[in-house]
Amino acid sequence: MDELINKLKKEVIAQLNLEDISVDDINPDSPLFGEGLGLDSIDALELIVLLEKNYGIKIEDPKDGKKIFYSIRTMAEYITEHQKKA
Amino acid sequence: MPSRIFVTGLGFISGLGNNVQENLTSLLNFRSGIGLIRHIETILRDELLVSEVPMANEELRRFAGMPVMAAYSRNTLLGIIAAREAFLHAGLNDHPGLRIGLISGTTVGGMDQCEKYYQDFLNNDSKNAFIDTYDCADSTEKIADFLGLKGFITTISTACSSAANSIMFAARMMRAGKLDCAVAGGTESLTKFHLNGFNALKILDKQPCRPFDAGRNGINLGEGAAYLILETEKANKKTGNKVICELTGYGNACEAFHQTASSPDGKGAYLAMKKALEMSGENPDAVDYINAHGTGTDNNDLSEGRAIENLFTGKIPYVSSTKPFTGHMTSAAGSAEAIISILGLQHGIIWPNLNFSNPMPELKFQPAVEMIRGMDLNVVMSNSFGFGGNDSSLIFKKYGVH
Amino acid sequence: MAYINGVGIISPQNTLPGSGFLEPAVEHTADFLRSVEPVYKSYIDPIVSRRLSRLIKMGITSAKICLQDAGIEAPDAIITGTGLGSVEDTEKILGELTKEEKFLNPTPFIQSTYNTISSQIAINLKCHQYNSTYVHRCFSLESCLIDALLQIQDGSATNVLAGGFDEMTHNHLTIIRRLGLWKREVIRNLDLWTCETPGALAGEGSAYFIISGERTEKTYALLAAVETLYRPESTGETAAFVVHFLSENGLIPEDVDIVLMGNNGHAEHDSICNEVIMQSLPGAARVLYKHLCGEYHTVSGFAMYIAANIIKRQLIPPSLLIHGLASKKLGNILIHNHFRDTDHSFILIRK
Repeated sequence: MDELINKLKKEVIAQLNLEDISVDDINPDSPLFGEGLGLDSIDALELIVLLEKNYGIKIEDPKDGKKIFYSIRTMAEYITEHQKKA
Repeated sequence: MPSRIFVTGLGFISGLGNNVQENLTSLLNFRSGIGLIRHIETILRDELLVSEVPMANEELRRFAGMPVMAAYSRNTLLGIIAAREAFLHAGLNDHPGLRIGLISGTTVGGMDQCEKYYQDFLNNDSKNAFIDTYDCADSTEKIADFLGLKGFITTISTACSSAANSIMFAARMMRAGKLDCAVAGGTESLTKFHLNGFNALKILDKQPCRPFDAGRNGINLGEGAAYLILETEKANKKTGNKVICELTGYGNACEAFHQTASSPDGKGAYLAMKKALEMSGENPDAVDYINAHGTGTDNNDLSEGRAIENLFTGKIPYVSSTKPFTGHMTSAAGSAEAIISILGLQHGIIWPNLNFSNPMPELKFQPAVEMIRGMDLNVVMSNSFGFGGNDSSLIFKKYGVH
Repeated sequence: MAYINGVGIISPQNTLPGSGFLEPAVEHTADFLRSVEPVYKSYIDPIVSRRLSRLIKMGITSAKICLQDAGIEAPDAIITGTGLGSVEDTEKILGELTKEEKFLNPTPFIQSTYNTISSQIAINLKCHQYNSTYVHRCFSLESCLIDALLQIQDGSATNVLAGGFDEMTHNHLTIIRRLGLWKREVIRNLDLWTCETPGALAGEGSAYFIISGERTEKTYALLAAVETLYRPESTGETAAFVVHFLSENGLIPEDVDIVLMGNNGHAEHDSICNEVIMQSLPGAARVLYKHLCGEYHTVSGFAMYIAANIIKRQLIPPSLLIHGLASKKLGNILIHNHFRDTDHSFILIRK
């Protein structure tokens, strides 16, 4: 799980172009949206693309994103549960 | 004293029909243009519902009388067909002395061709003839050339309010004495580019759209073109054209909230409608019907609904979105829906808001669900609100009514 | 007519705040002239900036610089023009779509819409006023200015933020080079006018202006009039239009001190510029400037920056190339530009 969390942090930083943020700056349990990193609805859509592109997981309803993208850890847990094996 | 602005010609092609009469017949018969994608090669083909003009480009070319091999984008073909109908309706080429402008709205431009040939553009010379179709001006200039227009010409791109802003700008040029007449409106064809783009925003409904319904789930995209012929009072004396109605008010305001969302209270929408009303000199109570932007997204219908309630504090007029008929024609929506509003005005009809079952709990009003005929309509409003918060509202009044 | 009360410009020259007036000229040896860009962090919040492509950062920043220059916080209207919009974002999408139609990112799609800069400026300023975007080749900025003048004339606005921006990318240059109208090789920009190879030199830039109904101590110059001419049948017709344009503004050809010429290095294009101006304004000094910024649809913004500063400072910087003798009193400047002899634009700037 730690490996996935670390990988995810790097991917989120790249996907959302968080130029000034490093992997160590992100607490895996901190909220991504609102406070924390201060991400918004467009970022949520970008994370949906990330999940599909990198992990083959399709999220149809963006409203589900609220739970899934709460934190890096919740993302990692969702991926572990749902990832399609190649 | 700035001139009054008269509407004297209409031209319209959409999923409902190839001309104004066909569109009207579809509306009267509750025939929606929404269906599966037929003319674009896309992985979304069996997934999304759209309102497509049921002619491939080759057929459109024949219909428009264009040479088969010419590098014309779908946008241009649709625009030529609609602009020609309007222009002939008003017989403007019989009046060579008039200063006629062309102001057209589009966002996709020639993207239907460019997305097919992009790799060729990068790697070989086989599709060079299509390179110039890339930008928005291409369709406008080809429409101008087709109609033989050499006066003032420009293109507006404010997303879903483009055509409404074109009508507004044309009117302002005329009121300032810079033009006598104008062909004003917009054209937009479906493209893989924006089908995928809107899909990435997760605001497309895979079912027929349900504006103002509590269970609404997004947009069905549409395509087509629509143009109005506008004349100043003085020009109208020369042309002798029958006045269809008068453009008495317009308003443009910016939501200034978020790139893809409106504010919860719809401030931009409220301000645009308010400006239009103030300009028209009408009280809110005088408005008989609003053709809402009503896209069917969570966000738009709530913010537009609230804005309507905040402005029309006495009696709320009949409100309906006709996007379940035409789809969301994006840059052409403003002029298409202006024409639909004008047809309602002319024929005394309130257009129904299709696919509505459950009222939104946040709003006090519901849209008109029945088609109501035999109405005495005098003042109608048409709203178009674009991505990025470019909000526009137009008011048309029956001619000869005081 | 109205006043130019603020200028903000990012261009391939040193035109950022604190720079001199096109001195010294920036040399580029490149296939297109790329802008001298500021540190965007100073102007745009990094949380917002992270998702913005280069042209959007240029547009927003030049608008902010302009507002600071004019001392205005809340314009009465925001009007923008662009010939091609964000090419970078459009290319990202086209690149993805034409390889595999999957996984489209929403951000470039949003940024590829032409009105995105106009709306982002409004979001930043919380400005709910009139907002519009024109996208029509070399009429794009001109249409903004015409709209701005109408707004001021009819009393809808006093201060209008009006601007134009365009960018160039390597992919886009590859594509348009196929039309035979652009330089196919790397050249030194300052050698443009002696270069024997065909084609225009491509460039880019973003320029914003406060167009105002009121003269203030910040006023650079008068924006007297803007006109466009579509599909003239001959250079004679265009030349006659110039004379008519001037007379509508109470001027005769001899009153024009300088013409900022539309020449861009493409021989056929340049001969039309020369013929039109030689026929209509034989006595005016003809100033070439596109070796400094390159050619792009909204290049009139760079020309307006030059004209406004010439009027204000009453000097012509040596980096510009002048044919003919400029009068001592620099009072009336005509900017002429055209696209393929189809779209001709004219901007009259006065003291």
